[in-house]
This record gives sequence, structure tokens and C-alpha cells, in this order.
Amino acid sequence: MASAVRKQPLSDTSSRLKELVRDTFVKLNPRTMLRNPVMFVVEVGTVVTLWLTLSARHSASRNYDAVVTIILFMTVVFATFAEAYAESRGRAQAEFLRRSRASARARLLKSDGSWDWLDGSALRQGMRIRIEAGDTVAGDGVVVEGVGAMDESAITGESASVIKAPGDSVTGGTVLLSDSLLVEITTDPGNTFLDRMIALVEGAARQKTPNEIALSALLGVLTLIFVLVVVTLGPIARYYGPHTVNTTTLVALLVCLIPTTIGALLSAIGIAGMNRVAKINVVAKSGRAVEASGDIDTLILDKTGTITIGNRMATEFLPVPGVSVDTLAEAAWIASLADTTPEGRSVVELAESVFNSPHRQVPSGEPVPFSAQTRMSGIDLADGRSIRKGAVSAIVQLVDQPPPDLELAAERVARDGGTPLAVAVDRQALGIIRLKDIVKSGLKERFAEFRAMGIRTVMATGDNRITAQVIAAEAGVDAVLAEVNPEGKLALIQQEQAEGKLVAMTGDGTNDAPALAQADVGLAMNIGTMAAKEAGNMVDLDSNPTKLLDVIEVGKQLLITRGALTTFSIANDVAKYFAIVPAMFSVVPILHGLSALNIMGLKTPHGAILSALIFNALIIPALIPFAVKGVRYRPQSADRLLLRNIINWGVVGVIIPFIGIWGIDRVLGLFGLA
Amino acid sequence: MSISTMATWVVVIGGLLILCKPMGIYLYRVFTFQPTVLDRPLRPVENGIFRLLHVTRDSNMSAVEYGLAFVLTNMVWGIMAYTLLRIQGILPFNPEHFGNLNAGLSFNTAASFVTNTNWQAYSGENTMSYFSQFAVLQFLQFVTPASGAAAGLAFVRGLSGRQLGNFFVDLTLVLTRVLLPLSILFGLAFVALGVPDTLAPYLHVHTLAGQTQIIPRGPIAGWEAIEHLGQNGGGFTGANSANPLENPSALTNILQSIAMGLVPVAFFYMFGLFTGRKRLAWTLIAVAGTIFLAMLAMIYFPEMAGNPIINALGLSGHANMVGKELRFGMGGTSIFETSTMAFTTGSVVSAHDSFLPIPSLAMFLGMFLNMVFGGKGVGLLNMLMFVILTIFLMGLMVGRTPEFLGKKIEAKEVSLTSVAFLLHPLLILVGTALAVAIPAGIAGVFNPGPHGLSEVLYGFTSAAANNGSAMGGLGASLPFYEVALGIVVILGRYASIMAMLLVAESLLQKKAVPQTSGTMRTDTPLFWGVLLGSIVILNALTFFPVMALGPLAEHYLLMAHHVFG
Repeated sequence: MASAVRKQPLSDTSSRLKELVRDTFVKLNPRTMLRNPVMFVVEVGTVVTLWLTLSARHSASRNYDAVVTIILFMTVVFATFAEAYAESRGRAQAEFLRRSRASARARLLKSDGSWDWLDGSALRQGMRIRIEAGDTVAGDGVVVEGVGAMDESAITGESASVIKAPGDSVTGGTVLLSDSLLVEITTDPGNTFLDRMIALVEGAARQKTPNEIALSALLGVLTLIFVLVVVTLGPIARYYGPHTVNTTTLVALLVCLIPTTIGALLSAIGIAGMNRVAKINVVAKSGRAVEASGDIDTLILDKTGTITIGNRMATEFLPVPGVSVDTLAEAAWIASLADTTPEGRSVVELAESVFNSPHRQVPSGEPVPFSAQTRMSGIDLADGRSIRKGAVSAIVQLVDQPPPDLELAAERVARDGGTPLAVAVDRQALGIIRLKDIVKSGLKERFAEFRAMGIRTVMATGDNRITAQVIAAEAGVDAVLAEVNPEGKLALIQQEQAEGKLVAMTGDGTNDAPALAQADVGLAMNIGTMAAKEAGNMVDLDSNPTKLLDVIEVGKQLLITRGALTTFSIANDVAKYFAIVPAMFSVVPILHGLSALNIMGLKTPHGAILSALIFNALIIPALIPFAVKGVRYRPQSADRLLLRNIINWGVVGVIIPFIGIWGIDRVLGLFGLA
Repeated sequence: MSISTMATWVVVIGGLLILCKPMGIYLYRVFTFQPTVLDRPLRPVENGIFRLLHVTRDSNMSAVEYGLAFVLTNMVWGIMAYTLLRIQGILPFNPEHFGNLNAGLSFNTAASFVTNTNWQAYSGENTMSYFSQFAVLQFLQFVTPASGAAAGLAFVRGLSGRQLGNFFVDLTLVLTRVLLPLSILFGLAFVALGVPDTLAPYLHVHTLAGQTQIIPRGPIAGWEAIEHLGQNGGGFTGANSANPLENPSALTNILQSIAMGLVPVAFFYMFGLFTGRKRLAWTLIAVAGTIFLAMLAMIYFPEMAGNPIINALGLSGHANMVGKELRFGMGGTSIFETSTMAFTTGSVVSAHDSFLPIPSLAMFLGMFLNMVFGGKGVGLLNMLMFVILTIFLMGLMVGRTPEFLGKKIEAKEVSLTSVAFLLHPLLILVGTALAVAIPAGIAGVFNPGPHGLSEVLYGFTSAAANNGSAMGGLGASLPFYEVALGIVVILGRYASIMAMLLVAESLLQKKAVPQTSGTMRTDTPLFWGVLLGSIVILNALTFFPVMALGPLAEHYLLMAHHVFG
């Protein structure tokens, strides 16, 4: 037992740290490095200067070569560290997910109705499993039979349980809390949402996105140009004599010039982008989808649940003449007490806010539930009164003499985009309750921001035109399409795409699947059907359609971060030239005049070169927070964004290295190194 | 600044600005096959040519076909030119009985003229027969700028969402509708202003001092017209436009400066009409114009201030007039030299070797950038190459996949464009490094110190930029330079044009994305600044080290009053 004690697992942080350090060095493998041409050049440079160090004849030059070698090596290490760090952040998230998957076993249903235990990894598409209360779901599937409460906190982080009924999808890793379900498995192991999510946040399944490929190509060519500049500089400078340039200095110049900053951080930016998506509880099936979300031109949004909070709310009592608001409110209150729907609850809340005296006695009686035939609900009280509330036409048929004002008020409510609900006591109509769709708070402002960014929002709803238009106006969407069916939505997407626009939408039903597949970004809801989840290229685990807006912002921020750091990287080079060029030719008497270019007043040639090189290395870890968190992003028009980022990253990128190199040179001076 | 300098500049720059709009509209109408003034006399001729070539006005080529047609046609011309120069001795119109050219010079000259570079490793007046001058070289001076313009047109068509067009149709129309009519106009003007145009032999005159002087002449006026209208730049004589017979007065100087810029600037405006974005065209004109003005200032002011060493001796408080023509003065000289470097013509009115380092820096700038309007079509192509690179680099910062004219710029376009960008420094730097590293190259360096290095660098830059002017002081007629520069002009011409044609085709095949407020706009003062900044920084990063070793080192030596023994 003693050995078991000694073998106590390391704490999470320290094991992660160990892994991080290990990865940092594993990534130094030249074959891995080859995928990143910029840093590969630095690595080759390190080998060259190391060889020069070892073969140097004079101790003075050996020391210089050795210091350059160390700084170059640190530059490469910072780059691999950045990538390993971004991956380790993802891994922490993945670990949490993986834990829930680890032990799942499934009760495989046999043809005779009995079941056998089967390891989760052996599950295949089409198998049927039984899930009992307390079981962890072993794979993604669809409920065939039974209703039960599911704890999905393992993947959503949301503790409230979700009811699953036939047709609903279940996700591997979630836990059934009550009852039992018969589930048909829809995904082979290794391909479940959980697997995809783990692979994605870990960076294992990460493929370069189109924009990343394009940027890598450009960085590759830029690197090639600087290799060319430096390699030809040797012979050209030897025009002034055989010992004009020192190879170590040429390597240092090369490393300073090639875009190491962005080269080192590029993959970290991509990994962190996926993590940010995962962090808002969205599973993206590919990095490409996240990147595409930055390019979206048109957002197609549902009304119910997306723009409005899922349910209509009572906002006003409209009594018929001769009835007081209080009377109507009380009747509505009593009729709704047993009504647990959000609509019913909102009537209770509204009524209570209307009452003058807050405490009323709750009358006893027999609730009458809503049915599709009667289209009303209510209560038969013990005192013999019967109270009903429901569709206006149903109440009109119920009451003896429908007052003309009742229908007028109902029409007025409908005209304003609301839904009228009539209330009657003992076959006498009291008035109308106005039910209204409530636009989610903050949406109007966000839509305005999106408009500034050039994104058009279209509300597509199956509701009638009047309701749709009222909500559209209230939410501030750019266009509205009423009375559309899923086919209409698909046609709308195709029409927008024909104009060259990229379209994003959300959906949950099976009939949304074609549209989700057609859209460039299709965000499916986790509560939705399997078909919808398969069709979309992202799944929101919280099933909050408004999340689409967040996804778009993540996509944009990802692109901006890449652009900003690339610009910064290139802008930095200006100062490095002013440090290195006068220094590297200082040994040639005829070129002494070039010291006029030493505008930073760097003290010694070696000090100048080392300062530039150290700055070049240190800027990588300094920018890791920006790479991982993304640069600050505020929704604005393209022109404003460009101006702000050009100043923040381009202009500042020119200035900062002048200050940084000057400062490092002073510090080196303190140690007698410059 | 004197009145005459100011007047000269205002006439040239103002003239180009005023003319670019009508000229651009004319070009647009010609190349979209709309009715224009010269239809009646020229259409039948063109139709005959098209029948002969089995093409119609509306036929189209793919990027590869277009590029191949361009390269192969040029190759045929090159071989033809080479052959004719090699057998010049037996051909007619040779009153001075010049012999055959040797192989190296023939290759160098054919390569240089067929690529619209017009680098001259010879002096025309003692090398070329009249036949070689007008049937070989002047022929190339018409057709090669027309080829370049055609390539530019194909690129513009692709960007504006049209099919690329047909190389032979474009070539024909550039000749019949642009170069020939304008050449007749300018040629006659030059004749009227005193430029000779004759097939008679050189003049032998008895001078007052009792000596005999040979005055070379020939069909010069027509040559001058197309030399400048086509941004060719090869002089009829070695002295080029500094020769009073080529460029007799301040007036012809102004006319030649305008002739160089007329079509290139109009091409920018035409681009705006093709794409329906005139503001974009003006933005690009403003970017190129800003650099043009900067070059003009960098040439004029240091030259006016004079050489500090000579000034210190008290010999002269005046401008550095060494190597310059008094009849043009500093104002006329600087506007002509700025034009010739900006429009990559390469003709000269002064000795570039005698300029101070900062003005030579400006000349290098024109050739490094190669898009300060540049040669017609090709300059626009280079400008748009930088536009695409800039949009890709900066466009990410607006949070969208970068797009230009509604087309997304992705891996393929970025790769091709950046390779096209890479090619220019590659040719210049590798060529120069090779020249100073091997004895065959060093043998041609006649000046000590940084100036000698600048001369080599200038040679390769001029060749890669298809400019064709020489700084001088370089043994350009040595076999090494004849071959090396010949190869550089060819690669510099065709490789990048091919790459950019593929970019155009790739963009053409993409679906257009509508412009929204989320799109980075390319027609604003902000973009002017961004584009200008990117162009300057990208090129500075590439060329700063060699500039430091050449002109900058020389500049600081001059400031330190260093004199080479």
C-alpha cells in the first residue's frame, strides 16, 4: 500500500504545467516545425549560430554567437510555448468533458426485449439501448420510447434538468435523472458531439481554415523575401571587403525581419478561437464554420424564442364597459392560478400588480384544463361560479350576449400585434387580456450594432403578418418575412446566397434541417432533433438561438486578431532595421556614416543587434494574452474598425519597438553587455 | 523655385490630370467596343486584321491562353529582332554601313526591346542602321508596350467581372486606336518643333574651327513619339533625350514628359470606369500621384541645394548642374526624370550618374515600386498587386475575410500575388549579389565606393522594372551584363504578368459578395493612407539594406566631405 500512497496523482495544475512544458519541447521537433515555415527558419538559424558558436576561434566572437544562439532558441521556445499554452487551455476544458464520457456502459437491447451490458465504445449507429434513472448516456441518440428528466450539466454546465420525450435527442455524457428511456443510437463512437467537442478544443482535429491557409501562404512568401534579402546582403556587402558582414549577425537580422510574432502566435490564435466558441457552450463542427461566421452578411432569425422570449406575456386588461379593471383582473387571476404555463403565470403576475390590496384569498374549486376542442381553460369554483378564459371566438360562443365592445377590443389587440384572450364569468364576458410577445432585452441595441457592421437581420416567422411586423419594428430588425414555412426559409437563404451573401440561421426542428444545411452558418439547438443537429455546422448546447450573435462576434474577433498581430509584426520591422543596419556595418570604415541611422542611440553594435533580437523574442510571450483572448473588439463599421486597429496595431507597432529596443539596450548596458 | 520651373511642373502635372479623364473615357469606350471617333477609317482595317487572325472582337481567352499568346508572340518578335540585328550588315537602309551585331549584344538588345525595357548596351548612332532603328527597334517600340497594355486590360477586365478578352484583338486595338494615332500626332508636333525625321545619311559639316563634324540624324521624330508614348525609353542616339536633335527645347521636353504619362494615368481612370468605381480610381491615382510628387521633390530640392563638397570649396553656390542640359534647367530636368522613372520609360535628359545620392534614391524608388503609374497597363497591374496585398494584410482587421471589388481574396490569390511581389526583389537582389560576387561582374564596376555599387544595383533594378535607363559608369557591354540583364528583363516582364493574369481569372470565377458597411472601403482617404503606408513599408523592408549600402552610404560620405582619390 505504501507504493500507492507515493503514487498519489499530482494536482491538476502541476500536471497540466508539466504537460505544457513537455509539449513546448516536443513541438521543437523540426518535422513538426516544418508546418510553420516562419518558425522553422528561426530553428534552422539557431542551428547555424550554434554551429558557429562551437566552431568560433576567438572567445569574444564565441560569446556573441552563444548569446545570439540562446536568444534564437528562446524565440523558438516562446513560439512552441504559445501553441502548447493555447492547447493546454483547451485540454482543461476537454478533460472536464472526457471525465463524463469515461465510464459509460450501455444496456444493449436484444430482439427478445432483454438487455446486455455493452461497453460504450462498442455502440454503433442503429443499436437500441435502454437507459435507466442514474445511467450515464453512452452515446448520441434519439429517444424512441419513454419520457424522463435528463441532467445535461456535463456538457452545458446548466444544472436545470431537461425533459426528454420520444423524438428528442440525447447526448452522450448526460445523466438520466428519472424514469427510463429507450434510445436509438445515431452516431458511431468517436464521432459523437462530445468527441467532436473534445477534439476541437484540444486542437487535435484542428485543420487550418481557409483564411489561415491564405495568411500562412503570405507569411511564407514574406519569409522567403527576407531570406532573399539577407542571403543576398552577404555578397553585396562583401563588395566593401571580405569581412564586412558576420554570419551570426545576418542570421540575427533575418530572424528579426521575418514575421516571427504572427508566425509564433498564428496557431495559438486559431486554437483559442475554437476555445472561445466552446466557452460559450457552442460545439462547432469545424474551424471553417467559426471563421465563416465572421463573414456573415445576413442573419435569419426566428421570432419566437430568438427575438422574443419564448412565451407571450399578459400586458394589459381591457374590460368591457360596465366592468372595472379590478373585476376583470380578479377573474383572470382566479382562472389562471391553476395554469402553470408561462402565459398563465404572466396573467397572475399582471393581475397581482393591478390589485390594490395584495393579499387575496385563494378560492377553492375544480380547475378546467385547456383543450384543443374548447380552446379555453378555467376553473369551476366551489361557490358555483365558473370562470373561463380562452380564445375570443370560443368565449363569444360561450356567453349569452357577447358585448360588441368585446370583439372591438379583441380586434384592436390583434391589430397591434398582440393576442387577445377573453375572460368570462358565468357566461358573461368581462373583457380582454392582451398577450404580447416580449422582445428580449438588449436585442435592439445589438441589431443596431450589427447593422453598423453591415450585417442584415431578417426575421422569419410562421406568425401572421401583423404580429410579425409589430415585433420586427420593436426589435429593430432590417426585414421581416411573415407566414413562412421551413421551405420558405430555405428559399430565402438560397435567394440571399444567390446575391453572394453569407447567411446564418438557427433552427431546431427536423423541418429546419434543409435550411440549416443550406446556410453558411447553421446553429442547431441542442434540444432540437438529431436531424437538425446533423444538418447545422454548430450546435448550441444551451439551446439559446440568440447565441448566434455571440458566435459571429467570436468569428470576427478571430479574424481581427490575426490581422492585428500580422500588422503589428510587420510594423515592428521598421525599428529593427534602424537598430541592426547601422550596427552590422560598423566595422567598415567607409560605411561609418550609416551610424547616423542609429536614431535610438544604441551604444555598441553588438548591443544593438542583441537588443533587437531580445525585443523580437520577448514580444511573443507579451502578446500571448492577445492571441488567446483575442484583441479588443467593438462592433463598428468597417472603416472605423480599420482606423482604430491601424492606429492600435500599425502605428503603435511602428513606435513600440523603438522604445522597447532602446530600453533593452539600456538594461544590457547596466550589465556591461552593450 | 523659379517661375519657369513652376510653370513647367504645372503644365506637365496639370496636363496629365486634365487629360486622364477624357483619355480614360476614350480607352474605356475602345476596349468595351463602343463607338468612338476613329471607327469609320479604322474599323475596316481592323476587321481585315481580325479575319486574318481568325478572331472576332468579342472572342475570349483563358488566363493561360492569354498569357501564352502574350509570351509566344513576344518570343517570335524577339527571335526576329535577334536575327535581323545579327545580319544587319546585309540589310538595306544602312547608309553608314554598320556591320552585324555580335551575339551577346543582339540577345541583350532583342530581350530588352521585346520586354519594353529598352536597356541599351550600345549607342544607336554608331551601331544601328536605319533599318534596324525603324524596322526592328521602332517596330518593337510599338508592339511591346501594346502587349503590356493588353495584359493590363485583361487583368482589368477580369477584376471588373468580364471575360479576359482576346490578346490579339487587344493588341491590335491598342496599336490602331491608341499608339498609332497618338504617335502621328506627337511625331508631327516634334517635327514642327525641330526634331529631324529623315532617311538621309549623317551630315558631315565643316565647323568654323575648320574641322569636320559628323552629325548623326535619321528618322528621329517618329521614334521620339513612340519612345515616350509607349514608355519605351530607348534613345535613337546614346545621349537619348539629352541630345538636342531628340529633344531640342523646353517645349519638346514638356511634350515628351506628357507623352510618357498620358496613357498610364488614363489607364488608372479607365480602371475606375471598367469597375464602376471612379472614386477607387481617383484613390489609386492619388496614391501614385503622392509618390510621384515625393520623387519630384527628392530629385529637385537636393539638386538645387547642390553638392556639399563643391559648395564648401566656395566654387559654386548654385545647383548641381553636372550632367544636366541648360536648355531644360533644373525644373525641366527633374520633371522629365521623375516621369521617366515613374512611368518606367527609361529615356533620360541628363546623366543619372551625376545625380546626388538622395535624387538617385528617388529614381530607385520609382523602379522598386514599379507602380507610380508605371508603364501603361503593367503599372496598373503592379498597383493592383499592392492593393490586393494591402487589402489582405489590413482587411483582416475589419473582421471579415478580405475582399476586393466584391471578390474574396483567399489562398490562391494571395499566393500568386505575393509570388509576383517576390519576383521583383528576387531579380534585383540576386542579380546584384551575383554581379559583385564574381570577377566577371566586378570587372564592369568603374567607380569606387558606394557609387559603384549603386551603379550595379541600378542596372539590375532598371532591367527588372523594365525601365531601361542606365545610371552609367557600368560596363554594360561586358558579356556578363549583356546576358545577365537580358535574362532579368525577360523574367521581370513575363513571370509577374502571368501570375497576375491567373489572379484575375481566379477572382473572375468567384461569386461577387455585396458591399456592406462591414466591407473595408477602398475609395476613402483612409485607404489612401493605408495603401501608401503598406507600399512604402513593404518595399522599405525589402530594399532598405541595399539602399543603405548604396545611395545612403554615399549620402553620408558626401555629408562628411569624403572624396575618393
